[in-house]
Amino acid sequence: MAVINRLLLLAFVLLGNIVHAAVLPDERIDLLYHGYDGGGAQIDGPSILVRKNIGASVSVAANYYVDMVSSASIDVQATASPYSEERKEQGFSGQYLIDRSTIKLGYTSSKENDYDASTYSFGIDQSFFGDLTTVGFGVSFGEDVVGQNTDPTYKRDLQRRKYSINASQIVTKNLLASLSFDSATDQCLNLTQDESCLNNPYRSVRYLTGTGGYLYQSERYPHTRNSDALGLRAIYYLPYRASVRVEARQFSDSWGIDADNIELRYLHPYDEQWLFEVKYRIYSQSGADFYADLFPYRDAQNFLARDKELSEFSSTTIGLGVTYKIPAGVIPWFDKSTANLYWDRFDIDYDDFRDARVSPTDFAAGAEPLYNLQADVFRFYLSFWF
Amino acid sequence: MILRRLLFIVLLFSLVACSPIKPWVKPYERQKIADEIMSFERDPIADSYLHHVYDAREAARGGDGASGGGCGCN
Repeated sequence: MAVINRLLLLAFVLLGNIVHAAVLPDERIDLLYHGYDGGGAQIDGPSILVRKNIGASVSVAANYYVDMVSSASIDVQATASPYSEERKEQGFSGQYLIDRSTIKLGYTSSKENDYDASTYSFGIDQSFFGDLTTVGFGVSFGEDVVGQNTDPTYKRDLQRRKYSINASQIVTKNLLASLSFDSATDQCLNLTQDESCLNNPYRSVRYLTGTGGYLYQSERYPHTRNSDALGLRAIYYLPYRASVRVEARQFSDSWGIDADNIELRYLHPYDEQWLFEVKYRIYSQSGADFYADLFPYRDAQNFLARDKELSEFSSTTIGLGVTYKIPAGVIPWFDKSTANLYWDRFDIDYDDFRDARVSPTDFAAGAEPLYNLQADVFRFYLSFWF
Repeated sequence: MILRRLLFIVLLFSLVACSPIKPWVKPYERQKIADEIMSFERDPIADSYLHHVYDAREAARGGDGASGGGCGCN
């Protein structure tokens, strides 16, 4: 953590001032199939992105995304039954270029059988200093409705806000850097003290019974969550045609969670037709103040959580990928086409989340082995520029 | 802590902004910067999916230049 702190500060000082000429994004079509397999959960589905310019100043984009979930995760195995569900997301966005400024608008809608989310976003980017520097800000508003399959009357309203500042800089002929700060707020609306909306309504915490065993009760979360995140990214063009990208981020929230991650990516073109990518990422976080793997008794405190994503843990991710540029003319109508296959391997070690699926005769409550999770993430996609 | 660090950075930027600045990388010197291998997010659809996986598996969010949206990842 100290190393990341110093890296961030050093990089910011070196930056001096804050990158991109104001241009519209490429016109393209992307067809993606994604897959996640780990911890008893399989999630896969398609995603399509179409981006088109209208005249010289306007770009519009539409995205359709599907998650098909089949889950028997550790949470499900401990207190519920395996389930299948589907989440569909639709997004529309537009950009308007005016001189050296870009105005952005966006709308995203996500629906599943027990969760609806709508997000509206607005942002402006402005380039300076001969287009060496770009500064932008953005705001997004979200309105979610949290439901529960087993109780049709269960309905919780959640309001989300996010404020962002971004700055990017051409530092030298070989170096690009970018800085992002996000401040986000989640707020439950119209709930009583006993209700919560920020937790998964199906998840439970466990507590000791006093006879050596344990029982479960529902989670209970605060009604608000505020978080800040500061991230720095830089890409360096090596003396030969290849690049190295570094990303570092610090995060903290009002629930007592502090997190850091750093990522290193190497991208190497080969023979004009191929791009090879290798990536390594490390992430660590502290646990939320109200998280416990095992509470000492029922209603031990006002707020109760046993979500492993709120526990203390660290993870590493290794990624490999390849992009093949399909020779021009093979696919008519398109200026350029690529086929891409990327694989990421997640390895997560939980420091305070125990595997309660073991037999209580073999392990005393609170002495079960710590849980760890490995997940494989695949992305196969075709991209077409026109 | 993060806010204090951001204020410190803004102060540094302000100091630099007081002096006249000339573009030190000329437009004709930017061919490497314009190379596709120098893009932070070369393929937006693939990058946004990976951000979604991170958001689902980790408590941290934001600070990555992505817009994000509600996904019911609780």
